[in-house]
Amino acid sequence: MSARVTRSTRASRVGTVVAALALLVLAAAPWWAGRADMRLMGEIYLYLSLACLWNLMAGYAGLVSVGQQAFVGFGGYMLFALTIFGGLHPIAAILAAGLLAAMLSVPIATLIFRLKGAYFAIGTWVIAEVFRLSFAQIQALGGGSGSSLPVGVVKSLAASRSGREALSYWLALGAAVIVILSVYLFLRSRRGLALTAIRDSEVAASGLGIDIWRTKLEVYVVTSAFTAVIGGLIFSQKLRISPDAAFSVNDWTAFVIFIVVIGGIGTLEGPIIGTLVFFALRETLADFGTIYLMVLGLVAIVVMLKAPKGIWGLVRDRFDLELFPLSYRVRKRD
Amino acid sequence: MIEWVGAIVQGTLLGGLYALFAAGLSLIFGVMRLVNIAHGDLIVLAAYLGLSTTLMLGVHPFVALIVVMPLMAAIGYALQRGVLNRTLGPDILPPLLVTFGLSVILQNALLEGFTADPQKLNGGAIETASLAVGGLAVGVLPLLTFAIAVAVIAGLQWVFYATALGRGFRAVSDNQDIAQIMGLNKAHVFGLAMALALAVTAIAGILLGMRTSFDPAIGGGRLIFGFEAVIIGGLGNLWGTLAGGVILGVAQTLGAKIDPGYQVLAGHIAFLVVLAVRPNGLFPRVEH
Repeated sequence: MSARVTRSTRASRVGTVVAALALLVLAAAPWWAGRADMRLMGEIYLYLSLACLWNLMAGYAGLVSVGQQAFVGFGGYMLFALTIFGGLHPIAAILAAGLLAAMLSVPIATLIFRLKGAYFAIGTWVIAEVFRLSFAQIQALGGGSGSSLPVGVVKSLAASRSGREALSYWLALGAAVIVILSVYLFLRSRRGLALTAIRDSEVAASGLGIDIWRTKLEVYVVTSAFTAVIGGLIFSQKLRISPDAAFSVNDWTAFVIFIVVIGGIGTLEGPIIGTLVFFALRETLADFGTIYLMVLGLVAIVVMLKAPKGIWGLVRDRFDLELFPLSYRVRKRD
Repeated sequence: MIEWVGAIVQGTLLGGLYALFAAGLSLIFGVMRLVNIAHGDLIVLAAYLGLSTTLMLGVHPFVALIVVMPLMAAIGYALQRGVLNRTLGPDILPPLLVTFGLSVILQNALLEGFTADPQKLNGGAIETASLAVGGLAVGVLPLLTFAIAVAVIAGLQWVFYATALGRGFRAVSDNQDIAQIMGLNKAHVFGLAMALALAVTAIAGILLGMRTSFDPAIGGGRLIFGFEAVIIGGLGNLWGTLAGGVILGVAQTLGAKIDPGYQVLAGHIAFLVVLAVRPNGLFPRVEH
């Protein structure tokens, strides 16, 4: 009897085909969806990206951050600063924001990596507060009350309103696809294997010669850069920025954490499921305001206590499904 | 010159309040390695409970403590035994995320019950009373806050090192399983630790409410101040936490002296500087 080792399963092959078809349909949305639907879908893609990135940090690298709003807001502010004062094209500004965030995240990491576990989490929050208070001091960007993106900059994206809407939709969709694919390919690579080893046991991983600090730093830097890009995209849609909106812990971290926890932390499928659940809840319960947020917090607590692997964890345990083939399987050769 | 001395004195006294924010956080981390993200919101909850008590019974906020302290302690015990005990384990995610969820629930529940309008506890004449000390006017309330902080920390030290309860705390902190074998019910001990922590939080909340106005959204900021005091002072050292609170308070008042917009920022920067220079804090507990 011989056996072979594979990563793909029938579910993952079917999943790939379905995903490719779905992507084609979604990419054509400007031709079939209404204005409001496109806005909502664009928002869903950006939240999905944030959730995937946070999941990579918390679910795989064990870096539980409650301060990712630092980079969302930074990306947004860089979009405004680089287009208004640097004369950059908005897309170039958003990409530059990612680069700047990567550079900035290195010294930040060397400082807050000194804090362990939950204290790391609060440390990231302090950093986000430092960002918020610092940007509130910059009078050229409107200080505490914020500023709007000038009409000229907005027009440079596309001349017509429908053209702009289609472009920001595609940018959001493209960003989500790139984030998911990057995380997926990263996790399949040699470094991803190291990261998964760290997730399962830091002690064992370091015994195998994995440089834990360095691996975590890489994840932190890459995540920060991508998060800043997403932040730039978010505020290129909003067209207005203020320190409180840009560095909101609720909008850019609490919701993202709930999405990942409800969907299933430490899996690639989890953030996707979680995002869909989150928006389904939001669209049905949003009229209830504060009650909706309480329900969301309660659902996250119950999931964490009763099903810590989230919705996708339950599905996977029950049906042995894996849409993103990351694990290796041994199969008997017929 | 005298203004700067004044700012340092104000900051030192403010540090007492931050040490009270931090004491509960430090206590529960010491006993059960739990970092409670909802700690700031619980401080705000205590302030609102104080507000309700003073309005309903028509009493002074200090008298309201007779109601609020046992109430917060009971909430703490129930919270620990009902929810938080289930999150404890080698994985740091569950406690973090559950207390994060709790924080969002508390904030929105307070918003629902009390609206977003800023509220204040009316402390009466004590709020404006001041003592003249060598050309400086020192407020009686800040002075009293600092004295209370010292008394609370001395009290916690006494509980920790001179009572059976404290022996239980130290035992489960050192080794939960062996403590359990020795006849301690760790679930109960953890519940008592959280009850004590939230009783301290009640004092912090009432003092906060008399000093400044508060609204449901300020919990996160108070958590951060408490956390910074703990880290500056050094983990596991309660007197260090008081020193950390003082350093944070002084940094803030000095920052505010330069520009009001720099007040909170200066505190964060002091924290980051300490983290860069002395990552274990200024007075870490000696491991034995």
